[in-house]
Amino acid sequence: MSGQNLDYDLLKQLTQCFGPSGNEREVADLIAREVNSHVMDSRFDVLGNLIVRKPGKGKKILIACHMDEVGVIITAIGEQGYLYFAPVGGIKNSDLSAKRVLFKNRRMGVVNQEKNPLEEGKPSGKFYIDIGVSSEEEARKIVREGDMAVLVGDYQETPSHILSKALDDRLGCFIAVELIKQIQCEQDLYFAFTVQEEVGSRGAKTVVHGIEPDLALILDTTLSFDSPKEKNRTSLNRGAAVKVMDRTIVVSPLIKNWMAEVAAQQDIPFQWEIITAGGTDSGPIHLTGSGIPTGGIAIPVRYLHSGNEIAAKFDIVSAFQLLSALLQNPFQEI
Amino acid sequence: MLLKELCELNGVSGNEKKIREFILTQIQEKVDTFQVDKIGNIVAEQKPASPNLPKVLLCAHMDEVGLFITEITADGYLKFQPVGGIDPQILISKPIAIGNIQGIIGTKAIHLQKKEERKQILNIEDLYIDIGANTKEEAEKEVKIGDYAAFIGTCDTIGKEYVKAKALDDRAGCALILETLADRYPCHLLAAFTVQEEVGLRGSKVISNYLQPDLAIVVEATRAADVQECDEEDWNVTLGKGPACSLMDSSTIYPPELIRKVSDLARISNIPLQFRKSTAASNDAGNIHKAGSGVPTITLSIPCRNIHSMSSMICKTDYENCLTLLRTILCHIGEFCSE
Repeated sequence: MSGQNLDYDLLKQLTQCFGPSGNEREVADLIAREVNSHVMDSRFDVLGNLIVRKPGKGKKILIACHMDEVGVIITAIGEQGYLYFAPVGGIKNSDLSAKRVLFKNRRMGVVNQEKNPLEEGKPSGKFYIDIGVSSEEEARKIVREGDMAVLVGDYQETPSHILSKALDDRLGCFIAVELIKQIQCEQDLYFAFTVQEEVGSRGAKTVVHGIEPDLALILDTTLSFDSPKEKNRTSLNRGAAVKVMDRTIVVSPLIKNWMAEVAAQQDIPFQWEIITAGGTDSGPIHLTGSGIPTGGIAIPVRYLHSGNEIAAKFDIVSAFQLLSALLQNPFQEI
Repeated sequence: MLLKELCELNGVSGNEKKIREFILTQIQEKVDTFQVDKIGNIVAEQKPASPNLPKVLLCAHMDEVGLFITEITADGYLKFQPVGGIDPQILISKPIAIGNIQGIIGTKAIHLQKKEERKQILNIEDLYIDIGANTKEEAEKEVKIGDYAAFIGTCDTIGKEYVKAKALDDRAGCALILETLADRYPCHLLAAFTVQEEVGLRGSKVISNYLQPDLAIVVEATRAADVQECDEEDWNVTLGKGPACSLMDSSTIYPPELIRKVSDLARISNIPLQFRKSTAASNDAGNIHKAGSGVPTITLSIPCRNIHSMSSMICKTDYENCLTLLRTILCHIGEFCSE
C-alpha cells in the first residue's frame, strides 16, 4: 500500500462535482459507482450519508469523511434578476467579490457588491449574484429560492501539488475510495461519506446510528500555516497530520500515540494537527452513545474554503499510507 | 378564541406549566393518547387507521421569552436577566407579571441622564423592576430570587386582519397544531408541544431521543422585517403573504425536494406561500432533523412583527392560510413520505 498508484483522475472528478451542504447527491453517486464492486453493503441514511461496508472478522472500524463543500444559498430574487444569497458554511460574502459561482444546472454567476446610492463610489455592503439575465422572470427560469451554488475552481495537477476547489474534503473521500479499492485486511470496515459537515457536522450526528463501531477514524483537511513568514505549525509537505485537538474534540492520548507509533514504525511522515477553532465530524462521532474512541488524520490545505485550495501529493500519499497501516495494525486496547 | 387564550397565559422557558395544562385540556377529545415527558414536553398521538401509514410529527414550542429575577436590592428593586433573546430597549416602562404580582421596568429617568448617557444603548444591567416595595424585606415577601417575570399584553385585533399579542412566538404554532388535530388524516399523527426552545432548543433535544417520525413539520413564528428602513430583499418575511417555508437557518438545511413539494402543493391548492429569506436564527427542527438516522423536516412559520416583545403582530390571513396548508399537506401525506 505505497500510495504511489493513486488515480488522480478520480480526485479531479470528485472535486469538480457539485456538492454544497445538503446537496451532496452528485458526489455520493460518483463514490457509490466507484466502490460498488469492492463493498458488501451500500446504503444511504435519511440525511443522505452514504455508508458502505467491507466486512471482516476483526474490529469494527468506521472511517468517515465528508462529501459537502462550502457554498451559497439563494434567498431572494430581485426585480432586475439579480440574486441575493447567504453563505453556506464558513465563508464570508466579502471573500466572494468578483468570483464566479456555479449552480447545479451548470449555470454560472458572478458575485458583485451593490453601490451605495447615497455615497457615490462607496459600496453598500450587500452582495448579489449576476447570472446574466435582465429580469426576475428570466432569472426564475434558471434558479429558485433555496437553490445553492458553489465556488468555481478548476482542477490542476502539477508534479507535486493539486490546485482545486473542494479539496476540503474530497481529498478525504478520494483517499477513502482508493483505500476501499486496494485494502485487504481482517477488520470489519465501515466507510461513511457524510453530509453537512461544513454547517456543523450534522451528518456525523446520524451516521453512527446502527453501526456502533469500536473505533472511528476521521479523514479531513486542515488549515496550513505556511504562508510567507509563517512557520513551525502544520504545513504542506510535512506528511499526514495526526489530530490532537480542535474545537469539538480532544483526541485520547492512547489513540493519537498509537497513530504516531504506527507512523514511526512504518516510516510514514506525519505531523500534529492542533487547532482551537473549527470542528470536524470527529466531534459528534466521538460523543455518540456511550462514547466512541476516535482519531483523525488530516491533510493540510492552503486557502481552505476559497475555491482555490492547494494540497501536496506528499501529504496525500502519507495520509493514504498511514490510514492503511492503522487498519492493518489496529489499536489493541479497544 | 384559542389563540387569545394561549397568548394571555404566561409560560417563560422552563416554566411552561400553565400552557401545558391548557393544551392538555384542549387535546383530550382530539387525540388517542398523550403523555408528558420528564422535561415537560407534551407528545400526543392520533393512531393510524391502518398500520403502514407514515408517522408524521407536528411540533410547536410552548415557551415564550421573559425575565428571571437574580437579585433584590436594599431599596426593594429587582434586578433581572433575560430568558431567551430580548432587546433591552423594548423593556423600559413596561409592566410585567411575577406570578400574581405586577411590576414596572424602570431605568434612570431621562431628566437625570447625562448628555453622554442619553446617546447610549441601555443594557439589561441598567434596568430594574419596581414592584412598589420600599425595602428589601418588603420585596422579599412577594418575590424570590429565581422567580420568572413574564410580559403583560392582551391579545387584540388591530385593524381588520391583524392580531397583536405577547408570546405569538410560538403560541400561534401551538394553536395551529391544536386546530389541525380537530381532524383525522391518512397518517400516524404525532403532535409535540415542546419546552425551552427559546433558550436553545432544549425540549426538542429530548423528544429527538425517543421519537423518530418519517416526516416532521415544525410550526413557528418568524421575524418579519417588512419595515421602512429595510430593502425588500431583506424583509425576511412579509405579513399577509402567507405562511413562510424555511430554506435554511442556523441549525437546519431543509431538504430541497421537500421544499419543492410544499411549494408545488401550495400553488396547486391556491394557498399563498413565501420563503423565509434569512438564514439566521434556529428552531426545534435543528434537533428533530438529526434524530436517529435522520428525519426529513420542514418548518412553516407565521410572519411576526415585533417578535420577542409584548406587542408582537401577525396577520390573521397568514394564520388561516397556514392552517389550510398544514391540513392540505396531511391530506396529501403520501406524496411527502414516498421516495
